[in-house]
Amino acid sequence: MPDGGTIAAGAVLDVRGLKTTFRTRGGEVHAVNSVSFQLQRGEILGVVGESGSGKSVTMMSLIRLLPSPPAQIGPGQVWLDGQDLLQIDAEALRKVRGPKVGFVFQDPMTSLNPVFTVGSQIMEPLRRHMGLDRAGARRRAGELLDLVGIPDAARRLDDYPHQFSGGMRQRVMIAIALACEPDVLIADEPTTALDVTIQAQIIDLVKRLQKQLGMGVIWITHDLGVIAGIAQRVMVMYAGQIVEHGPVTEVFRAPQHPYTRALLKTVPSLTGRRAARLQVIEGQPPILMAAPVACSFRDRCAHAFGRCAQENPERRPVDDKQLGFGHDVACHWEAPHD
Amino acid sequence: MTEPALDRRTGESPVTPLVQVTDLKMYFPIYTGILRRHTGDVKAVDGVSFSIQPGETLGLVGESGCGKSTVGRALLRLYDPTAGQVMIGGDDVTRLQGEALRKKRPQMQMVFQDPQASLNPRMSVAEIIGEPLLEHTTLSAQERQARVFELMDQVGLNRRFANRFPHEFSGGQRQRIGIARALALNPRFIVCDEPIAALDVSIQAQVVNLLEDLQDRLGLTYLFISHDLSMVRHIADRVAVMYLGRIAELSPRDALYDRPLHPYAEALLSAVPEPDPAAEASRDRIILSGDVPSPANPPRGCNFCTRCPRVMDICRQVKPELLQVEPDRWVACHLYTSAGATGTGKPSSTNDKTRIQQGEDA
Repeated sequence: MPDGGTIAAGAVLDVRGLKTTFRTRGGEVHAVNSVSFQLQRGEILGVVGESGSGKSVTMMSLIRLLPSPPAQIGPGQVWLDGQDLLQIDAEALRKVRGPKVGFVFQDPMTSLNPVFTVGSQIMEPLRRHMGLDRAGARRRAGELLDLVGIPDAARRLDDYPHQFSGGMRQRVMIAIALACEPDVLIADEPTTALDVTIQAQIIDLVKRLQKQLGMGVIWITHDLGVIAGIAQRVMVMYAGQIVEHGPVTEVFRAPQHPYTRALLKTVPSLTGRRAARLQVIEGQPPILMAAPVACSFRDRCAHAFGRCAQENPERRPVDDKQLGFGHDVACHWEAPHD
Repeated sequence: MTEPALDRRTGESPVTPLVQVTDLKMYFPIYTGILRRHTGDVKAVDGVSFSIQPGETLGLVGESGCGKSTVGRALLRLYDPTAGQVMIGGDDVTRLQGEALRKKRPQMQMVFQDPQASLNPRMSVAEIIGEPLLEHTTLSAQERQARVFELMDQVGLNRRFANRFPHEFSGGQRQRIGIARALALNPRFIVCDEPIAALDVSIQAQVVNLLEDLQDRLGLTYLFISHDLSMVRHIADRVAVMYLGRIAELSPRDALYDRPLHPYAEALLSAVPEPDPAAEASRDRIILSGDVPSPANPPRGCNFCTRCPRVMDICRQVKPELLQVEPDRWVACHLYTSAGATGTGKPSSTNDKTRIQQGEDA
């Protein structure tokens, strides 16, 4: 069990003070800066942020999927099932990737191996981790393809990835990630490369499977609409930090951080009143060449004041819940109640 | 073939559309075998008609592979269309040849999707924006530079960056360079092909606002191609929904978003997630099953019949025409034709439900 406190009841994953830096020729890039969060069993946690905000790097750091060098993962702790994933050796890590943590990557076109059949790619984790023989693995692979809604599943096991459409390939990726019935499923922009009607199918599928299998899901996206539809809790990331976190209904109803507020306003709506002009967030997100010592959003923030340039804001609760369990924000400015 | 523009503005003073597309077809041949015999066609665009009024923004939406980008490219003669007519400012662009086509190009420009791929990495910003001027005008070097600076001001790029190269800019700034290049020759018509798809949400709004400002200031006419339905609702005056090479519905923006008529338009709109957890929880989503069929082998009859939740027998046999079913609203669906609605001719009721009923009874 983690030192300095016990893992919260029901939490399947507990991340504490995680940092990831990249050593590049141009200097150090601080991609993840002291990120802490927990994932409960059976919940969907949404992670939003723009490209470069560190959301993918954070999740890849959890199971050390980043090549090192240039990446340096840590300091920090990632507690899963009584072990710190940042400390265990390669063999132990292999027993985590797949059986305990499944990963669905963004691009279904490039994350399947084009020279192996879909069936053999689903069977690989089954044979390695679940101890199934060839026939058993094949049967299970057929069941999994069926589970993710691919018609005529048993026959399609012998097809190659190029014989599947984008949406179906993403279903195959999900089938592979689910093969060993992991406790945690990390889905990194699983629908971004897909059309909206296919996206609706995939969202529907993951929601159903998550209920069926009771796993915890981390869903990374830049689409606030997707988060609103799928997640129970949401973390908003900016410049490698969690700037706001809380139950989806609370964060969307009363966003506290100026970045979250602006982000919600820049997206035009499909219904309701049509704005004459879109709200914009001026400027660009920063590239952090050093660990932040001041608020990273201050240059784009309408509410920035003196303190924002002197002190990097810590996360503070905005309701009466303990930090990390309710709605919290990392900002010096107090949002008015509206 | 019907021509939406000819009677859509009846009652108002007749306005000549700037762009008038009639029965546009763009087939890409398929060659197979050792002899490379012509064995079929990918019917990327299969009989598309629409018009765009001066100063108007027509949104063109649809899923990937539906042929929306091909329409944009065929319009500007970046492809040679298989059949059909494209009138832009009085000339049939599909017929123009050689010098006449070259002379026409300044009037019609394009903003491309990927600002990374559509800018030459070895040219400076000034060279990129100045190239159309070099090609089509006789300006002196000094005049050209003045015009480049003017264009950079217009799109919100700092003049000091004129000698920098594309890789030194962010995605949003690169898209501004692409827009400045498109504006260089004072075009009247610009095809924006997914201009914001490659950008982050906070940057998308900046580029869309810029496009709107430029339209107001310069009186531009846009064809705005996008798969982002909420952004199209923001920018477009009318919207055409494409499916598998054909237009399913062409309606004024508010009418379409309030009450889509074509079942595909309805499903597409219902699939878009809204950033509002309460609304999302209570929403009744139409989830289409299956994938878009291949345009090399489209289904017989209506091309949406394989996925349509309200499919009827006639849909599998007869291809529906794009017809005006309500003022200004054009729909290609048997639910709205006399063949689909038994005996009643065109459905006159404004109630959606009645119409479905009629359709199912047929």
